[in-house]
Amino acid sequence: MTLDPRLGEALQLLPDYLGSHLRVSLTALALGAAISFPLALAARRRPLARAILLGVASVVQTVPGLALLALFYPLLLFASALAMRTAGVSFSAFGFLPAVLALALYSMLPVLRNTITGLDGIDPQLIEAARGVGMTRRQRLTMVELPLALPVIMAGLRTAAVWVIGTATLSTPIGQTSLGNYIFSGLQTQNWVFVLFGCAAAAILALVVDGLLALIAHGLRRHSRARLLLGACGCLALITVVLAPALPRPHGGYVVGAKTFTEQYVLAALLADRIEAGGHGVTLREGLGSSVIFAALRAGDVDVYVDYSGTLWTNTFHHREIPERAALIAALKDELKAAGVTLGGELGFENAYALAMPRQRADALGIRSIADLARHPGLTIAGDYEFFARPEWAALRDAYGLAFRSLRQMQPDFMYAAAAAGEVDVIAGYSSDGQIAQYDLVTLDDPRAAIPPYDAVVLLSPRRAGDQALRAALAPLNGRIDIETMREANLRAARGDADSSPGAVARWLWGRVREKAAARQ
Amino acid sequence: MPDPTQPAIAFENVTKSFDRAGGSAVADVSLAIRRGEFLSIVGGSGAGKTTLLRLAARLIAPDRGTVRIDGADVRALDPVAMRRTIGIVFQSGALFPHMSVADNIGITPRLAGVRAAEVTARIDRLIELVRLDGRRHRARFPHELSGGERQRVAVGRALANTPSIVLMDEPFGALDPLTRDALSEDYVALHRGLELTTVMITHDITEALLLSDRIAVMQAGRLAAAGTPAELAGSVDPYVAELFGTPLRQIARLAALLPGATPGVQR
Ligand SMILES: Nc1ncnc2c1ncn2[C@@H]1O[C@H](COP(=O)(O)OP(=O)(O)O)[C@@H](O)[C@H]1O
Ligand SMILES: [Mg+2]
Repeated sequence: MTLDPRLGEALQLLPDYLGSHLRVSLTALALGAAISFPLALAARRRPLARAILLGVASVVQTVPGLALLALFYPLLLFASALAMRTAGVSFSAFGFLPAVLALALYSMLPVLRNTITGLDGIDPQLIEAARGVGMTRRQRLTMVELPLALPVIMAGLRTAAVWVIGTATLSTPIGQTSLGNYIFSGLQTQNWVFVLFGCAAAAILALVVDGLLALIAHGLRRHSRARLLLGACGCLALITVVLAPALPRPHGGYVVGAKTFTEQYVLAALLADRIEAGGHGVTLREGLGSSVIFAALRAGDVDVYVDYSGTLWTNTFHHREIPERAALIAALKDELKAAGVTLGGELGFENAYALAMPRQRADALGIRSIADLARHPGLTIAGDYEFFARPEWAALRDAYGLAFRSLRQMQPDFMYAAAAAGEVDVIAGYSSDGQIAQYDLVTLDDPRAAIPPYDAVVLLSPRRAGDQALRAALAPLNGRIDIETMREANLRAARGDADSSPGAVARWLWGRVREKAAARQ
Repeated sequence: MPDPTQPAIAFENVTKSFDRAGGSAVADVSLAIRRGEFLSIVGGSGAGKTTLLRLAARLIAPDRGTVRIDGADVRALDPVAMRRTIGIVFQSGALFPHMSVADNIGITPRLAGVRAAEVTARIDRLIELVRLDGRRHRARFPHELSGGERQRVAVGRALANTPSIVLMDEPFGALDPLTRDALSEDYVALHRGLELTTVMITHDITEALLLSDRIAVMQAGRLAAAGTPAELAGSVDPYVAELFGTPLRQIARLAALLPGATPGVQR
């Protein structure tokens, strides 16, 4: 029996992912506890402060973890810009810091609530006895109230730990490596081994930390030195692992970013391979939100990634009129330059939004172009999570006067199959996705050119603008990836088998690029 | 050194109420407790006994009137320092459940800043004094003790910082009669030997009669009567007569029921 290569790959990534996950979780937990514990002590005898504190913490708890994490990125970006302007210092709003802050906030409710409840629940006779034997307020707190409330407080800490470790998997999109990297990339590339591995690792980690804290709580309650020591040693071991310099940390070098879909994972792996082949270190930051990644590039937290001309033109720079392809690229270069970003090259293919539907259905309804769709207002359409909020959709709808019965959001990889199965009539797919051909869908023409061109372009951060070594490493890719090749690469990556990891597909892609280069000579 | 001519504890027209609408928990009580005296407070439930004791330890402050310890107005004293000089045995013990027997006893001298070696010595002496088994009980926690043993620890904790005044709130109330007898006799011996001033709340009239130098009777916040057991047993006040008549009547009935089983009824 041989090991599934995906499992091997997952294991190889484990030290980095697990270490980062622990680092961010434990830091957040420590910070959260360090803030909420004194707050709880200060507020417990002040009914108003107490109500406000618990109220705010409860509200924070109802914000979905993903949204909370995502909110901290722009917030910190703003704070960083402000600090730069007023104090001349700047910090990275990317990755660790926003993740720690959001998770710390997330951890506060159980610690606050349990500290307050634990202290409230102490037998008033014991408080009276503590006063009676001549304890000061402080002595009462440290010698009687806290020791007695400790089991409840520890239970709160355990809840917080489990929450934080679980939620930390969602910090991947804001650039913090975590066990969520397995889950995000696995979901996008249909790598279920990765998804399961990530879930299992996060669950085991949560159980281990919870168990250690339980051991400490138990030791304290039962006055058992052995348990206390064991639990404390376990926690110390975790902390040492987290701080140990020997642990593979994000090892400098170039930071290659990727958004949250299959093609991006493959292209990031390809760029990373090329840079490493040039003898440089690389760190991958995958699964970044598409609004996060460009800001991260400008701020220098990401050095290089692949974006699409039309996306930048409409979404990042908010243009409504659509120039033709070459003019758009030229104008985009100027816009990017003004933002300090360099357009390092074009890969040669376009990954456009394309409206697609099953061939037979389109023929039956006599639909060839998007203009024809306007005549069928009863149809349903599905798009990815952002499409209907993007300016392209508004432009498309207005240009053709489109009306659909319903708009549905879907995981992009499942859209094509849904269209083929007749669950939706039309999808807003990606022109470079191999599943269009796989499911025998047709893409509809756009005679009014409402959808901009989406040439895949390599973007470099301000810091790397003049970096000749980086440009040299990536030069062989410029103009060498045509749409057919990319489609096949995407199809391979979505196959969900052992050779479908982004790394494996990227190696295949590089092979094709070299063949083509050789053929041309 | 406190002035020996002053009473150990003095209540002067002390009034305390917990809510404006309801009556006073303690109403205009004046009572002086002599140095070395063993005073019991008896009275019905809600009569204000516990409140009076809490006032003496300045766990609460009076609305009106003055409480004096060794002649000094307690309002002029630092409450924490003052409480460290008083021993208190709380109702049902109120031992600290997270501390061992030794730590519970040692807490009072430790808080007062007594050196660690001396604290250990005192713990040993008190364990012996309250007749616990040092080897068996020293390291145990309150939940590992019987009710009687717990109350012995509570007495030990109250005495560990060598107080001259001990306040006890129904210290032996929840114990079986045999344990209660043994414990109360042990305590009286300590009271004499250590020259303590003791104020003990009890709902057991017989116990009050047997142990006390003097008894104070509380009724609805007021001090209904105070005097030696003999004085109170002969009181004409209907409430006091009713209260103290009960054990005597019981003894008479027992004597009639079990002739020959109660040889020493005559007082
Ligand atoms: N902390 C308190 N808050 C409000 N009322 C109290 C408090 N303590 C005692 N009381 C009231 O004061 C009265 C006397 O109580 P207490 O001194 O405990 O009586 P006893 O010890 O004689 O049974 C009772 O009516 C009781 O309800
Ligand atoms: Mg009482």
